[in-house]
Amino acid sequence: MAQASPAIVAGFSLRGSVVRRRRERIVRTVLLSAALATILISAFIIETVLVEALSFLGEIDLGQLFGIGWFPRRGIFDVATIMIGTLIVTAIAMVIATPIGLASAIYLSEYAAPRVRRIVKPILEILAGIPSVVIGFFALTVLTPGLIRPLFEDANTFNLAAAGVGVGILSVPLVASVAEDAMRAVPVSLREASYGLGARKITTSLRVVFPAAVSGIVAALILATSRAIGETMVVAVAAGAPQARTFNPLDPGGTMTSAMVTLATGSDQVTGDTAAFQSLFFVGLLLFLVTLVLNVLGDAFVRRARQRY
Amino acid sequence: MSAIRSAAPATGAAVRAALSGRRRDTVGIAFQVLLLASLLFSLAVLLVLIVDVLGRALPVFADRGFGFLTSPLSSNPAKAGVFQGIIGTAVLGLLVAILAFPLGLATAIYLEEYAEDTRFTRLVQINIRNLAGVPSVVYGLLGLSVFVALFDAIDGNGNGRTILAGGATLAVLVLPIVIITSIEALRAVPISIREAGYGVGASRWEVTRKLVLPSAAPGILTGTVLALSRALGETAPLVIAGAVLGSFSGLTFGTLFTGSYTALPMIVYDWSRRPQEAFRADAAAAIVVLLAITLFANGIAILLRNRSERTW
Repeated sequence: MAQASPAIVAGFSLRGSVVRRRRERIVRTVLLSAALATILISAFIIETVLVEALSFLGEIDLGQLFGIGWFPRRGIFDVATIMIGTLIVTAIAMVIATPIGLASAIYLSEYAAPRVRRIVKPILEILAGIPSVVIGFFALTVLTPGLIRPLFEDANTFNLAAAGVGVGILSVPLVASVAEDAMRAVPVSLREASYGLGARKITTSLRVVFPAAVSGIVAALILATSRAIGETMVVAVAAGAPQARTFNPLDPGGTMTSAMVTLATGSDQVTGDTAAFQSLFFVGLLLFLVTLVLNVLGDAFVRRARQRY
Repeated sequence: MSAIRSAAPATGAAVRAALSGRRRDTVGIAFQVLLLASLLFSLAVLLVLIVDVLGRALPVFADRGFGFLTSPLSSNPAKAGVFQGIIGTAVLGLLVAILAFPLGLATAIYLEEYAEDTRFTRLVQINIRNLAGVPSVVYGLLGLSVFVALFDAIDGNGNGRTILAGGATLAVLVLPIVIITSIEALRAVPISIREAGYGVGASRWEVTRKLVLPSAAPGILTGTVLALSRALGETAPLVIAGAVLGSFSGLTFGTLFTGSYTALPMIVYDWSRRPQEAFRADAAAAIVVLLAITLFANGIAILLRNRSERTW
């Protein structure tokens, strides 16, 4: 520029006024520090959880991590107990959420008229917006006496099965919305090709669209699993607290998350620098790592689904 | 098939019938019914939930009227009310809005309007996506060891479990949601609008503030309201970060920011764990109040979005 027209530049700078340039710099710095704050949050989470968890491990005898159940007050931190609880709840939740979520997604993406979609989709969104503690109350007061008890007579008032169904209900909207996005991203030309060969709608949906969207569908299931593992209040309300190790979904029990909530409240309330208090962070670390792996995996599948077409 | 063998004028109709498949597609119809049933499952759950909760809550409201909303917590289920919870939830919502909205919007603007595609930018983006997936209890741990500790230090008496610490915890929890939805809203603004701004000599900030932000405002607002309603329904992080579970006196305006606090979902959790049947009814009534607030917020967000959905 300067070489091209020295006469103009001599008295007039194209870079604008100094005040304006300074303001631009300040704005950019402010915005950048906001972005840096998000990194700081992650750093704080990892630092907090890691430091306290390691100090917990240093304080206890490693044998205390194995025992007859999860009894932090008595110094028995049987990690397997809460892992098994998490596994039971998550498995039941996914057994509910996978077929219902995927079927809802297929209907919304392949069958529903635009008008129906506009009415039906908000229902899923409202279900997704219901606080989890409310679903917990629903599981305790409706699912257990109305569904679990009639099917299995010896079910406890607080049981893992009802909590699992509750978490499943909570996960349906997530599965449905991610899977629907994936199926809608499948180009219309694929469907037209299928119809051109004389395929029926069901064949087109299940044999053409579904396989084409499989990355996104897998992502939906992984993300929902991660959400189910991290779900807290449904389990804390409907399944009671973690106790003796159990494989029976009809028993009261707890997950990693509900163990944390119980540690922080009620009869198990523990404060100060005791091992029981620090076990909170140890469980938090386990939870953080498990969900992180699942989220990264799910994210990879989402991106693969996007790159395909 | 007999139609084909009959008189010539009928042939056209017969061919059409054969081509369009008079055979009923039973499997197809059954499949469609199955899909619809799955979708109706969500609707049914929603209905049963709302009817059940309303049925339990109605006697409480009939007996107590507005007294339920204006009385403080109590260990007597016939006297217990949600006043402290309503105040707590309202203040928490305000704190989340004040803290998460500016920080989230600024981050979104930086990532979408300012940042070049560097390794640092991608790190920030990945980090935000991962933060969005961190379970909410883990944020409670962050609140406990960072915010509560911070307010402990400020207070001096080791009483950091205040509503400010809780609000900051919830704000951090919903920050990724605010950022992600704001980014989507900004991305939906066509590049031509920005180019028009630069064309008349506007600076980057002028283009962002006067052209991009007004166009993206409805989308950003929707995301913020959704995030807010999510924050108001959260329980687990508050439990960990020290909201009071059980009755306590206080939460008056003098000690609002320095004393104990609770929130509606905390009250629901507390009451639904109690053995007395009367507290179950109280819990249902508290759920009605909580749902009224969150569903109202969600409804506004959905309405806002449907209204602002425009194609450029």
